Amino acid sequence: MDHTWPNPLIYTLAFCSGFCIMGIELLGGRILAPYFGSSIHIWGSIITVFMLSLSLGYLFGGKLSVNNASLKRFGLIFLFAGLLILPLALFAEPIMQFIFIRVEDTRYGSLLASGALFLLPTIILGMLSPYSVRLLVTDKTQSGHVAGVLYFISTLGSALGTLATSFYLVLWFEVNQIIISFSLVLLLLGIIAILSDKHLLSREVSHA
Amino acid sequence: MLDLVRSWDTRPSLLLVLCTLILALATASLSVKAKVIHSERSLYRNIIVEENKGRRCLKFNVKHAKSSQSCINTKQPQQLVFNYTKMLFSGLFLLDKPQQILIIGLGGGTMSNILHQLFPESQIDNVEIDPAVIKVARNYFDLFESDKVQALAQDGRIFVKRALLRNARYDWIILDAFNGEYIPEHLLTREFLQETKRLLSERGILSANTFTTSGLYAHESATYQAVFGPFFNVRNGSFGNRIILASKGVQPSLEQIKKKLPALKQKLAPFNVNVSQLFDNMSSTKQPDWPANTRVLTDQFSPANLLNQD
Repeated sequence: MDHTWPNPLIYTLAFCSGFCIMGIELLGGRILAPYFGSSIHIWGSIITVFMLSLSLGYLFGGKLSVNNASLKRFGLIFLFAGLLILPLALFAEPIMQFIFIRVEDTRYGSLLASGALFLLPTIILGMLSPYSVRLLVTDKTQSGHVAGVLYFISTLGSALGTLATSFYLVLWFEVNQIIISFSLVLLLLGIIAILSDKHLLSREVSHA
Repeated sequence: MLDLVRSWDTRPSLLLVLCTLILALATASLSVKAKVIHSERSLYRNIIVEENKGRRCLKFNVKHAKSSQSCINTKQPQQLVFNYTKMLFSGLFLLDKPQQILIIGLGGGTMSNILHQLFPESQIDNVEIDPAVIKVARNYFDLFESDKVQALAQDGRIFVKRALLRNARYDWIILDAFNGEYIPEHLLTREFLQETKRLLSERGILSANTFTTSGLYAHESATYQAVFGPFFNVRNGSFGNRIILASKGVQPSLEQIKKKLPALKQKLAPFNVNVSQLFDNMSSTKQPDWPANTRVLTDQFSPANLLNQD
């Protein structure tokens, strides 16, 4: 018998991860510009890396959800994601400097730098979508519907993350302040997920 | 609203006639104004070359009449058409005989051509992000190129960073990469200005062609002041242009500059530059005319295009 997870919490988590993914992608252009310029291929590099990472993330996340799926593990993925975006604020400069000196062609320079900076955190963030489906689906006939609602909410989060970051956040805050806030939000959500998992389990035990 | 819909239904022919008439009139008035001799869509913008009564102009956007980037007088190519191009010559108030010149933002290449005429021995490096603009400058604006004068398709920031790695130095860096529609934000930050300052020779100066209007004025000024200390503004009355004139070393006094004017008048006479007027429009920022708490633009905080709207 499966546990039933509190859906609003999972949807909230999915919304926030969508928000952070696109917020970070947008800031990517800002982070790379001082070393690789603002030519069109910068966006080519960033979008390529994000799409590639998300595709891998979906694959790994789905695979991971097969055995012992739990809200606790879901929360752990959030913790990893939150930690892995911190280097964007802390080590982006030396990483880009290292690549800038060694690669003259800004196309491949920016592709390498995007990979070094965004590949890992985005893979982890991508794992969240299929994992959410696993936690939400209890009835096979409803699986398509659940996946639809989930994509609706997480993609809505992405849309708002894009808008909020490009219209307002960059006008009020420094790039690193925004990155660290995203990291803190993801860490906090991870902790909430892990704590509610414990809470649910203890309730189920007392019911039994 | 309903009436309007109905009138569309019953009298479409009348409306059609009206629309065609307006369109015809509009195109007729446009074709009288200027003839488009070249137009293309590049990776970055629409490029239009127009010619009208012996004046050939490069435009990056058709919508605004004032958005010409560069114009030449085809009959007297020496006569400068644009005020801001003339204003850039104020750099010569601070600098005699620049040996190494870097121009970021090519436009039609007018500045490069004239500086080559003035200083045939000097090395001039033009850096332009859009290869299509370089091609247009070659084909329609007689961009001069030689072993001394070159045009390179590259992002200005990257060129500066790579030039620092090769230990290059420039006496005069001219930043002319902004247009009314879009500002490359990474060319307006404290870190970028620090890089250009390091790239200047000991006597070197930076001229930037930029704006006086909009909320960006204070932020841009504060950023330049933070890197270079007091600089000169060269304004031009009713138009929104200003030239920022910043020295790597100590800023000379206006009295010292005044002594140079007679010689410069002679030198710049063929180019239709009013040296006395330029000097009169020049002011130092020793007393800043922007709020003291203005936020400096950095690589971390550079919403230049958003600030430019206020």
